[in-house]
Amino acid sequence: MVVADTNDSALRARAWAAAAEVVDPEIPVLTIADLGVLRDVSIVDGQVEVAITPTYSGCPAMNMIALEIELALTREGIRNSRVKTVLSPAWTTDWMSDDGRRKLKDYGVAPPQSGGGRRALFGEQQVACPQCGSSETEVLSEFGSTSCKALWRCTACREPFDYFKCH
Amino acid sequence: MAAASISVTESSLVLYALRRADDALILGHRLSEWCGHAPMMEEDMALANMGLDLIGQARELYSYAAKVEDNGNDEDRYAYLRDVRQYRNLLLVEQPNGDFARTIVRQFFYSAFADAYWRAMMGSEDATLAAIAAKSEKESAYHIRHSSEWVIRLGDGTPESHRRAQDAVDDLWAFTGELFHTDDSDAGLIADRLVIDPESLRAGWTDTVTGILRTATLACPGKSWMQKGGRSGNHSEHLGHLLSELQSLQRSFPGATW
Repeated sequence: MVVADTNDSALRARAWAAAAEVVDPEIPVLTIADLGVLRDVSIVDGQVEVAITPTYSGCPAMNMIALEIELALTREGIRNSRVKTVLSPAWTTDWMSDDGRRKLKDYGVAPPQSGGGRRALFGEQQVACPQCGSSETEVLSEFGSTSCKALWRCTACREPFDYFKCH
Repeated sequence: MAAASISVTESSLVLYALRRADDALILGHRLSEWCGHAPMMEEDMALANMGLDLIGQARELYSYAAKVEDNGNDEDRYAYLRDVRQYRNLLLVEQPNGDFARTIVRQFFYSAFADAYWRAMMGSEDATLAAIAAKSEKESAYHIRHSSEWVIRLGDGTPESHRRAQDAVDDLWAFTGELFHTDDSDAGLIADRLVIDPESLRAGWTDTVTGILRTATLACPGKSWMQKGGRSGNHSEHLGHLLSELQSLQRSFPGATW
C-alpha cells in the first residue's frame, strides 16, 4: 500500500506538471495554472483525473483546453486520464497568480483589478494602460474579443487595449 | 429522414432545470441572431458575448436535468429534439428581436430579474444549482449593466430612439408577469429550499425597472393584464420558427457532428 501511495503521488506530480504547462488558446502567454483554471489533479483507481473550471459559463476555450491537457499527459506517457469540469467554487479573477498578472500586462492586456465596483450598476473603475501606464483611460465596451475581456482605450497614448474583466 | 422528438420524464427538479435552461438557450439564440447585424461593432460583440454566456448557462442546466432525469437524454437532445410544446421558456425571451431598442428592452426586463434571481439562488440547498447560480450571477451583473445603460441612452436620446424604446416597453410589458411564475411543481422545491420563490424578488425587480425607466424618461406601464403560458408549453407563434432554424441540422441529419 505504501508503495502504491508513493507511486500515486509521483504520478500526480508528473501529471500536474504536464497539465500546468497547457496555455489558454486565447491568451497564449498564460498557462491554465497562471489563470487558476487548473483546479486539481487526483488519481482515482490508477486513472489521472484533471479538474478544470471555466472562467465564464460559455467559454469556448474549455473544450480546447481539455484536449490540450490530454495531449500533454500523453506526451508525458500518461495515457489513462480524463478531464472533468467543476463549477464550484466559481472561478474569480483573484485566482490568477501574480506571475500571471505580470505576464498578462507584458502581453498588452490590462490585468484584472481586485475588488470594488462590480456590483454597482454604474461603478467607476480605474484601469491603467498596459502600454504607457497612464490612468487616463476609458471603457469602449464591456464586452471584448473574448468573454473574459473588455475593450478600453488610453486617452494619453491613444492606444486601444484589452482589459481582463474582473469577476 | 427526420429525427423524432424525445420524451422527457419531467419530475419537479427536471422541469425546473429545463425551464431555466430553455430561458437561457432561447434568449441566447435570439441574441446570436444579431451577429453581424448590430448597429456597431462593439454592440455586435456585446450581444454575441451575452448570448455565449446564456448558452453556457443553458448547457450547465440541461446537463444537470439529464443527470437528474437519468433517462438517456443529454444537453443536445433537450435542445435539438424537443418540439415547441415541450419547451418551457418564458414567452418574453422568445419574442422576436425587432429593432435594437426592442432587443435591449427585452434583455433589460430579463436581466433585471436574472441578476437578482441567480444571486438569491446561490443559497440553494442543491449544490449543483448553487454552483450554476454563482457563475450565472457574475455574468448577469454585466448583462443588467449593459442593458440599463442602453435603455437610458435610447429613452433619453433622440425623439426617434425615445419613441422606439417606449414602444418596446409598452409591447413587452405584458410578458414580464411570467418572470414570477410558480406552480405546484415548484412548491415542493421551494419548501425544500432547493429553489427560491421568485415572488420574493418582485419588489426589487420593480424598483430596478421603474428607477431605470424614470432615468430614461420612459413611462412605466403600471398594472395591466399579464400574458403567460410558456412555462407549460403554450408558446407564441414565434418559438416554432426559432426552433425550426435552431434544430434544422439535427432534425435533418440525426446525430450529425463535426
